[in-house]
Amino acid sequence: MAEPVAVVGIGQGKQAKRREVTIGAMVREAVAAALEDAELAASAIDAIVLSKTPDLFDGVMNPELYLADALGARGRPVTRVFTGGSVGGHAAIYGAHLIQAGLARRVLVAAYSKESEGNFTWALSRGLPFSAQLGAGAGGHFAPVIREYIRRSGAPEHVGWQVAVNHRLNALRNPYAHVQMPDITLEKVRESPMLWDPIRYLESCPSSDGAAAVVLAGAADVGAPARPPAWIHGMAFRTETGHFAGRDEVNPRAGTDCAADAYRQAGITDPGREIDVAELYVPYSWYEPMWLENVGLAPVHEGWRLVDDGGTAIDGRLPVNPSGGVLSGNPTGATGLVRFLEAALQVRGRAGGHQIDGARRAVGHAMGGASQFHAVWVVGSERP
Amino acid sequence: MREVAVVGSAQSPGRAANRRDDMAGILLPVIRTALGQLGLDRDRIDFVCSGSHDFHEGRTFAYIDSLDAVGAWPPIVESHVEMDAAWAFYEAWAWLQLGHGDVALVYGVGRGSVPADLDQVVPSQLDPYYLAPLRPHQDALGGLQAHALIAAGLTSEREMAEIVARSRADAAGNPRAQVVGVVAVDDLLAAPYVAAPLRAHDVAPPGDAAAVVVLAAGDVARELVERPAWVRGLDHRLDGHYPGHRDLTRAPSAAQAGAEAARTAGFTAGQAQVAELHVEYSAQQPLLARALGLGAGVAINPCGGPLAGRPMTATGLIRVAEAARAVHTGRADRTLAHATNGPALQQNLVCLLEGDG
Repeated sequence: MAEPVAVVGIGQGKQAKRREVTIGAMVREAVAAALEDAELAASAIDAIVLSKTPDLFDGVMNPELYLADALGARGRPVTRVFTGGSVGGHAAIYGAHLIQAGLARRVLVAAYSKESEGNFTWALSRGLPFSAQLGAGAGGHFAPVIREYIRRSGAPEHVGWQVAVNHRLNALRNPYAHVQMPDITLEKVRESPMLWDPIRYLESCPSSDGAAAVVLAGAADVGAPARPPAWIHGMAFRTETGHFAGRDEVNPRAGTDCAADAYRQAGITDPGREIDVAELYVPYSWYEPMWLENVGLAPVHEGWRLVDDGGTAIDGRLPVNPSGGVLSGNPTGATGLVRFLEAALQVRGRAGGHQIDGARRAVGHAMGGASQFHAVWVVGSERP
Repeated sequence: MREVAVVGSAQSPGRAANRRDDMAGILLPVIRTALGQLGLDRDRIDFVCSGSHDFHEGRTFAYIDSLDAVGAWPPIVESHVEMDAAWAFYEAWAWLQLGHGDVALVYGVGRGSVPADLDQVVPSQLDPYYLAPLRPHQDALGGLQAHALIAAGLTSEREMAEIVARSRADAAGNPRAQVVGVVAVDDLLAAPYVAAPLRAHDVAPPGDAAAVVVLAAGDVARELVERPAWVRGLDHRLDGHYPGHRDLTRAPSAAQAGAEAARTAGFTAGQAQVAELHVEYSAQQPLLARALGLGAGVAINPCGGPLAGRPMTATGLIRVAEAARAVHTGRADRTLAHATNGPALQQNLVCLLEGDG
């Protein structure tokens, strides 16, 4: 890689239904927290990248225009990236690219969604050519893909319930997580309503309001901060077309290629052993074993076994989503960036109640569209 | 900076409405043309970046369909901005600086004709709490800006009409233009207002089109085209949002982007022979000329510019394509492209291009 880039500041706000604040106030809270963590004034930022999922979710077109002051963006280059749910990952990587390209020394990457100001499932029930209008939202799209995963892998159905329990128990350790469900059990998940077979209510992500921000800096500008930076060891994004019958949505090649590129940059040859903790984009419980396989953290058809033997629980050998993940909070525009920044918090040793002891290398992963858009970064505590 | 050039471009015919094709259908032949002219296969493209906006298509993830025209299989390295595609051009240029690849394809595709009522769509880019509820129609802020410019003595209704007449006359030589023809200035001035002091012709006509620009680095650019249009300077900046807080007779972010682009280019905007300006209203042309320091010797929008056709989220990228075309054809050695986003020129991008010797 070119000049090493580090995450030097991280900020996020509570993920919840936040009707008490405006979009601007919510974004400002995360931006101010990230700048404070980085011990930088807004004037030290050279460029800003805003991550946001469809504007139809909350009804503001080109929100970076209205957010000029919340982002501290007057007189700055501002880019609004959008690639589906993976956008937070794309935005972070674009920010790092701006530094490596020599176009900025420090970049602010901000992200948000305020789903409570719109109707998420309506906005996702888009008309497609040659498809029945089901109004079924994202779950309606992913359910058949999950069924195919179960068929191929032979995974028992309690694996999905176990993921839901793990993530919600992890969320109790994360004050920013939306869903706080201390009494969750396998039985409760199993008894919760079936939404899109086999996805039950408690196996689904919520719709949240929330914002997040990170400050990136090139190695020459990291200095010696009191709070250690997280170094980017590898980063990549990949896209594949959605309407191609030859693609495999259960194990999309774009995701595999993307992770392999990031590991190659990071010098990682055995990710299942070399990665200490992963923040994966798991909007429905079954996507934990599916993505474990897709990004090379478990052998194909074997990801569910890692869940089943407790390996991905917070005290397991490869903890997944110690933050509680997407199942515990999903402000979609920020969700991908939250996965990336949670990975960074882990290797900085600053994840608080959900810190994994001794985490030195972590994966942040984001996915979007019909599993077409994939973004991965590998971050570490050591400068590469 | 790594040497990167615009090596080719293509555009679908400008139309007020294309009812026959969907997004991918509009885009596919344009990509084929752009690559065909260069003799490039799709697998030579290392990075793809695009600009479009869901609000013009009236549905979420609209841009995903356009990827079918790109042929994203095997998987590609790709990104998208929900902005004018000129900002995708910037991202592609930045990506080429990394040295991970040599060729990038940028496209913008947008349809102004799909929304039943642009008066409902355009104000949704304003502050959702304090401005959008006032429901200013799509040209209301442009009208306020034109009024401020006239009140400050910086333009006049006659000058605005002259700009429109000249743009439409120039567009006669541009097969991609949407609105073409010789019109008398006095006839234009006799038309009714749509947002005083703007008349219908003062408003760049929204349309449906796709545009593609191909970028290449160093020797690859030289192999692909006889006279690459080298990107010597490229910058973009954002101003504050609230029209009431801004001096609408100025565009500080345009001036700033122009100065930053000039810093790396080694020549200023005023030294360009051709300037392609993303004017959404005729009155913005003198404002931008002043902000960028364009003297009388600079030919502004010689292809007709946006006043002869403004496809949504592709218009800024088309400015880059036209400015590069002037270099490719040898009509100019140094050119400028400008793009804008947001109400009353809130966000601006400036690209300075140069041909060899």
